[in-house]
Amino acid sequence: MRNLKLIIKREYLARVRNKSFVVMTFLSPLIFVGMIVLIAYLVNLNSDVQRVVAINDESGQFVNEFKDSDEVKFIDLSSVETEAAKGIVKEKEYYGLLHISEFAENTIPEIQFFAKEAPAFGFLDRIERTIADKLTNRQLLDRGIDVDLIEASQAKVEIGIQNFSGERTSKMSTYVKMFFGGAAGYLLMMFIIIYGNMVMRSVIEEKTNRIIEIIISSVKPIHLMLGKILGTSLAGITQFVIWVILGGVMLTLVSMIAGVDMSAMQGPQQQAIEQMSDNELQQLVMDIARLPMLLLLVSFLVYFIGGYFLYSAIYAAIGAAVDNETDTQQFMLPVILPLMLGIYVGFFAVIENPHGVVSTVFSMIPLTSPIVMLMRIPFGVPWWELAISFSLLVLTIAGVVWVAAKIYRVGILMYGKKPGYKELYKWLKY
Amino acid sequence: MNNLLVAENISKQFGTFTALNNISLEIPEGSIFGLLGPNGAGKTTFIRIINQITMPDSGRMLLDGHPLRPDDIQHIGYLPEERGLYKSMKVGEQALYLAQLKGLSKAEAKERLQYWFERLQIQDWWGKKIQELSKGMAQKVQFVVTVLHRPKLLIFDEPFSGFDPVNANLIKEEILQLRKEGATILFSTHRMESVEEMCDYMALIHRGNKLLDGQVNDIKRRYKSNTFEVGLVSSDAEALRKELETKFRISDTEFKSINDDLKLQIQIDPNDSPNDLLIYLTGKAQVNHFVEVIPSVNDIFIKTVTTNA
Repeated sequence: MRNLKLIIKREYLARVRNKSFVVMTFLSPLIFVGMIVLIAYLVNLNSDVQRVVAINDESGQFVNEFKDSDEVKFIDLSSVETEAAKGIVKEKEYYGLLHISEFAENTIPEIQFFAKEAPAFGFLDRIERTIADKLTNRQLLDRGIDVDLIEASQAKVEIGIQNFSGERTSKMSTYVKMFFGGAAGYLLMMFIIIYGNMVMRSVIEEKTNRIIEIIISSVKPIHLMLGKILGTSLAGITQFVIWVILGGVMLTLVSMIAGVDMSAMQGPQQQAIEQMSDNELQQLVMDIARLPMLLLLVSFLVYFIGGYFLYSAIYAAIGAAVDNETDTQQFMLPVILPLMLGIYVGFFAVIENPHGVVSTVFSMIPLTSPIVMLMRIPFGVPWWELAISFSLLVLTIAGVVWVAAKIYRVGILMYGKKPGYKELYKWLKY
Repeated sequence: MNNLLVAENISKQFGTFTALNNISLEIPEGSIFGLLGPNGAGKTTFIRIINQITMPDSGRMLLDGHPLRPDDIQHIGYLPEERGLYKSMKVGEQALYLAQLKGLSKAEAKERLQYWFERLQIQDWWGKKIQELSKGMAQKVQFVVTVLHRPKLLIFDEPFSGFDPVNANLIKEEILQLRKEGATILFSTHRMESVEEMCDYMALIHRGNKLLDGQVNDIKRRYKSNTFEVGLVSSDAEALRKELETKFRISDTEFKSINDDLKLQIQIDPNDSPNDLLIYLTGKAQVNHFVEVIPSVNDIFIKTVTTNA
């Protein structure tokens, strides 16, 4: 036990003191925040310039429909000939000239935009919509239809979803659940791959350094392996916590100091929220609040640790079996495949039907269960399914750690061989 | 004399390969014991069993009269042939870590490390990383780590490989000093000179089998063939050779001398006295050189291994 503690401490310090770890840990949030600031700045910069657009409206019917905004200012050049207007626009370096021809009743005018360079898509879209709205309204009026009446008769439908125990949910809540589950599953996969690789590299390092035999004459191989896995996972948790804290602090600081309008860069979501009625916004907050947060957090931790342990043990065994990192390729498939399968099943099957056969089965199979189950939990999973899935995971971890320790024990003292699966199987019996 | 380590019928199989076949050895307390064998003989497996890295399939290993226990690692210091250190870890930190794994407290380890670092004059290395040191320097650190916890049994696997002659000698002196202080030392090597020079006892294993063991002098006595190397000055060397040929088994040999006409190896019967041979020879010629041929460990090694091949 004393030695296990010593090993965990050394492994943890070795990871944490590593230059690339320090750089990654402290630079990533900086880069992340820097990117956000940069994007926000660029967005502001972009809209800072007010474009001037001249309108040459021969029909005289539309010119008053265009309202100035922060981005665009309209100038009426309808009084001059089109060619003359072009000349003025060029000379004064306006953004462009909008030309609307005369037109007969019930036809559509010819509309052209002259500019030095092709205008932005959104800008054109707005102009088209302005003119189309005006025309549509006029044609409706011409046919004797009251526009206000149409507006008043627009119906809006929303299905209220309730489960049998009377809890209300909404479509929004499904998205919220998808988001939380997906994020948790994805995070777990990334963590397993990054830190599993770290465990593997550290095992290979000890082999190539040839320190392994010195260590192994003082401690049991299984202690060394477990110490490595635990120490590395602690380093991973440290990094994660630092990111969360640092990221939060810096985002707040930056937004306070620079006064960057955080909503400016959230374009689409912002609009989506604006379009929602107050009711829906409330619903979103309620949905998040109504998620089984405690269960989510606990099961996240449990499956996080369980999944990480399962895979790191395999990574450690792989590291022990080979002499250098290039030889690990042949053993990587059985590690990456279930992880990928978990993610894909999660993103397709679980979202389609969280309680379908595929989702349920994959949340039971230990190699994929950590990821798939994490994605399912926000949708509500019966406790007995959780119990089965978790017990299977624990049993498998015990088995895999046992097998990995055997391979590890033999492998760390083997040099020069490039073992295949057959060879590994033989090692189990040594 | 007490035996510190006793191996009783140790066997170990790897798959179908027999690494050790029924090996029994006794290593007396306070001795320097040479474990000899060609590459792949099973030396390293045997040592790993002592270190409890590998478990034997059958047989027992007794340390101080009791079967090996997990906490016996505190009484064993092992310098493996394949040795290394963490490249990016500082020397001092690393030595502390390895010493603590052997059961020393941090304070104790620090104190003893300071003593050894001063003794080997490597104090300046404390804060350096291994990757900044040369191979020989790193080996000094490894040596210190091996002996730091004052083990009763020290196991050195090819201890001198990689050292320059100056440092090899330094380490040799340190090993002899440790023995004086009561440690028992097990050498595993295929470099015979070091066995010849330092070992009191030896064992020879080949392909997992023990071929011979015992005190080095006893073994040499067993392997000597009553052969003497002589250098003679005679006016008629050819006639003398013919005459000797009829009486003894002789063969030509070569050694450095100034003016010998005949250089021969002469073998006599075990019951005959060397004195009689000398008297006989002085009557025939001037004897400049008369030495008993004692087989070197190297000769014994080669002879035993080739006859058992």
